[in-house]
Amino acid sequence: MSMDRRQFLKIAGISSILGLGATAASATHNIWVKGLSPDEVAKNPEALNAQHWAMVVDMSQFKTDEDFQKTISACHSIHNVPDFKNPDGSVDLKDEIKWIWKAKYENAFPDQDNPYMEEKLKEMPFLVLCNHCENPACVRVCPTQATFKRKNDGIVMMDMHRCIGCRFCMAACPYGARSFNYRDPRPFIKTENKEYPTRTKGVVEKCTFCTERLAVGKLPACVEAAPKGGMFFGDLADKNSEVRKIIETRYTIRRKPELGTGPSVYYLIGGTEHA
Amino acid sequence: MKLYDGGKILIGLVIFVAFATFPFYYNIGKVNAKPEPKLDTPEILKMPEQDRKCVESKAFMRTEHMQLLNNWRDSVVRDGNRQYISSATGKHYNMSLQNECMHCHANKKKFCDECHNYMAVKPYCWDCHIAPKEEEKS
Repeated sequence: MSMDRRQFLKIAGISSILGLGATAASATHNIWVKGLSPDEVAKNPEALNAQHWAMVVDMSQFKTDEDFQKTISACHSIHNVPDFKNPDGSVDLKDEIKWIWKAKYENAFPDQDNPYMEEKLKEMPFLVLCNHCENPACVRVCPTQATFKRKNDGIVMMDMHRCIGCRFCMAACPYGARSFNYRDPRPFIKTENKEYPTRTKGVVEKCTFCTERLAVGKLPACVEAAPKGGMFFGDLADKNSEVRKIIETRYTIRRKPELGTGPSVYYLIGGTEHA
Repeated sequence: MKLYDGGKILIGLVIFVAFATFPFYYNIGKVNAKPEPKLDTPEILKMPEQDRKCVESKAFMRTEHMQLLNNWRDSVVRDGNRQYISSATGKHYNMSLQNECMHCHANKKKFCDECHNYMAVKPYCWDCHIAPKEEEKS
């Protein structure tokens, strides 16, 4: 059979159109592409909802080291955060996994540099965690969208299945809120919480504002475990929420706001009456 | 036509064919045991007969459970919608592998691994998700 150029182009064109149509038709029937439809899913009726979750930490309520440790271990035990220790008891700082931890004022707020500041404040420990920024640097750099900002509640979340462990987010985060699993964390978890997954070697992790607890109507673990009046959690978009009222009536500071990330964790320094 | 070194070539061919077909002869008559996932966990047996249904039909779960779990993951992590409304029963289910699926199917070895091993697929679910405790039967 012989074919001229015109005939060949006609057949080629028609068959490619048919091919594309068939692919599109089969794709719409494919559950991989489709995902779940809105009538297949629902929110838990008891879930706490907000447009912009935010936290206020009143440092004056954290008086002893025990106050800090109680709050930190409440979070770390619920979320199966490993405690990496070498056989001789030492800890390699690079291995450390932190969701919420203690930092000195001068490290948490390096922009507030003041050589003559109150000695007490300079050495004061602060409770720091992921700031769930309005404009998160970690989300911008993530090549796989494993880290993303949830549109409905402002939480900066991670999908561990998608994390490829490139650590761009760790370089991008100005708060050091992200930790990388250089080692398999499983053997270093003291008591596993069977209702929460662990992580695996090669993924980055961080605080999630306890999305799994908000979904069942509970406040974040740290807020619950903190000393009375030490931590507040609520919807910053709601004018009547407790956090909004505190931020509107008292002097609060945020970590490195000049970077334009818009952190959602606010600090009350308290202490002296003049503050 | 003349075959040079015919004897050597024929012997070589016979050896080659014997080697190449060895696995087939070796396994002849040995029944390749089919996977039989078990649904007899105490949790399932406790339920009345008519309620013993998974979130979707058996046929759907058998072929599409991995896609379903993927979709569940996206819904929970990205949208915060944690309840799945079954098209088969109309019931609401908590979308959680660790807390919902494995609540009934607490026999990972006989339920998950049975087929996955047979098919030689190695899903990495249990690198992070904690499997229910099972008694070692050795």
